This record gives sequence, structure tokens and C-alpha cells, in this order.
Amino acid sequence: MKNFIMIIMLFLSQTAIANENSVQTLLDQYHSEGATRFDANKGKTMWHEQHFQEKLGKQVSCATCHTRNIRKTGEHVRTGKLIEAMAASVNPERFQDTKKIEKWFKRNCKWTWGRECSPQEKGDFLTFFQSQ
Amino acid sequence: MKQKGLWGTLLFFGCITLSMATLAWSDGWGWGEHEEQEGKGFLRQTAGVAPVMNKAYENECAACHFAYPAGFLPERSWIKIMGTLDDHFGENAELDAQTITEIETYLRGHAADQIPNRFSRSIVRSIGSQDVPLRITDTPYFRRKHREMPSRMIKGNPKVRSFSNCLSCHTGASRGSFDEHSVNIPGYGRWDD
Repeated sequence: MKNFIMIIMLFLSQTAIANENSVQTLLDQYHSEGATRFDANKGKTMWHEQHFQEKLGKQVSCATCHTRNIRKTGEHVRTGKLIEAMAASVNPERFQDTKKIEKWFKRNCKWTWGRECSPQEKGDFLTFFQSQ
Repeated sequence: MKQKGLWGTLLFFGCITLSMATLAWSDGWGWGEHEEQEGKGFLRQTAGVAPVMNKAYENECAACHFAYPAGFLPERSWIKIMGTLDDHFGENAELDAQTITEIETYLRGHAADQIPNRFSRSIVRSIGSQDVPLRITDTPYFRRKHREMPSRMIKGNPKVRSFSNCLSCHTGASRGSFDEHSVNIPGYGRWDD
């Protein structure tokens, strides 16, 4: 068990490998939860999908805070907090930790769409981020 | 007879001196203890509050905003905040149960009504015993301390925007120092009363 953790830690120290690992782990998990083939284009379409945000009283999409171009730095629509790019090529640090990815999916899907995202949707989003 | 009177006088003044000394000593002891506590409270050099010392709190909360000192709100406020993370001032800030427990334990243990700190006591005293403020900026103590601040320096200041951004002006805030002398308002400079 200890050796296993050590090996995992070694992998984590290498960003590129870690990213592939974390993202692949999640994609595998989503498959096991019933998702089929993941599609970056679907992810992109959902990125721009407009939903009514009740607390804000207006239509929002992922792009509202993360920008339409996921290679660019975003800005939170209400607080003005700068949000680093979502594209894996620009900001690989984002995809190192499966727990962190899941945490933000849960928060932001609920805030933006008013519900949690399905395993299929999360997989499509991740594939979209990895493709850019 | 004369001799007796002298001894009586001596005894009388002796008693007075001793009681005065005892009073002074106990008073001095009280102050000494008080100062020692504040000195140990990480803030010997400035009047401040304990800086944040919990990794989970820093990682999770400070990922989005300034890690507000636990000692700026009473325990009941932290309980309510940690229990309503799905609507955290309009944002969804949900966490897993284990992380919530860890952060909540830290915040409650260092809450304003749980620690011996000057600022914390002032804040607690300023709010009603039934009130559960969710924002530090809503406490009467905070309002009183910031009432002289013109809106153009805060809301109208693109580098500040809100009183919630402590660090924009309180340059020592991360170290727990909210001393007036360390205030530097972006675009306006030092603030002197």
C-alpha cells in the first residue's frame, strides 16, 4: 500500500503525466458511470449554452466567467476575481487533482446550470479542455 | 503608655501599607497576565488578530477570497456560514463533509468569542447576543472603524472595489495586522486620521 502511494506521488510530481493520469482516471470513472464516447465539440457547445441564474437574475454560461476563448484568463462576473485559463495547453496545473476537478464541476454546474452535470457532460467538458 | 501608642501607630500604618501593596500587586498581576496573553497571541509588535494557520482553510477558502481571520466573527456565525456553503453569498462553495468538519473546527476554535484578543472582544461586544452576522463588514464595530472612508476610495476604486478585500489596503492583513499605520489605499496612499 505504501509503495503504491509513493508511486502515485512520484507521478504527481510530473505535471504532464499527472494531468494525463488525473483526467484519464476521471474519464474512466465517468465511463463506468454510464458515459459513452466523449466529444470535445459537444463540450464546446455546452460551454456557450445559456442558462438563467436566479441569484444573479440573468442568463449565464460557462463563458460568462471563464471567457469564450478558454485559452484566455477569465473574470468572475460578480466579484471580478481573475480566473486562469481553462485550456490544458495554457494552464496544465488545473488538471492535477481529481478531487479538485470534481469539486469545481459540482459547484459550477450547480451555479451555472442549476443542477449537477452528468458523467457524460463532465467527460465532454474535460475532453474539450484537453483539446485546446 | 507612650511606647504602646508608637507600636499601635506602626501597626496601623503597617497594615495600610501591606493592603495597598496587595491591591497594587493584584492589579499589576492582572495587567501583566493580560499583556502576556496578547503577546503570546502572535501579535507582540502590532495590534492585530491571529493570522490564519489552517491549511484546509487556506487552500479552500483563500482560493477565492482573503482568508478572513476566524477571530473576526463569533462561533455562531462560522457555524451558519459553514452550514450554508451551497449559497455562499450568492456563490456555490460546496465542500466534502470531511473538509467542512476540519475547517469548521478550526474556525469555531479561533472564533471571536473564543479567543482573548482585543479586536475580537470589540467585535463581539458590538453585536447583539442574538445576532448572527455573516459578514465582518456588517458588524457595528467594523462599520464604526470604517465610517470615515469615502466611497470613492473603496467602491469607486477599481483596485479595491469592496470592503471585503482587506488586503487591498491593510498591507499587513495576511500577518493578522490591521493596524491603522499599515493602511495604504491604492491610488490614495497612507490613511492618517
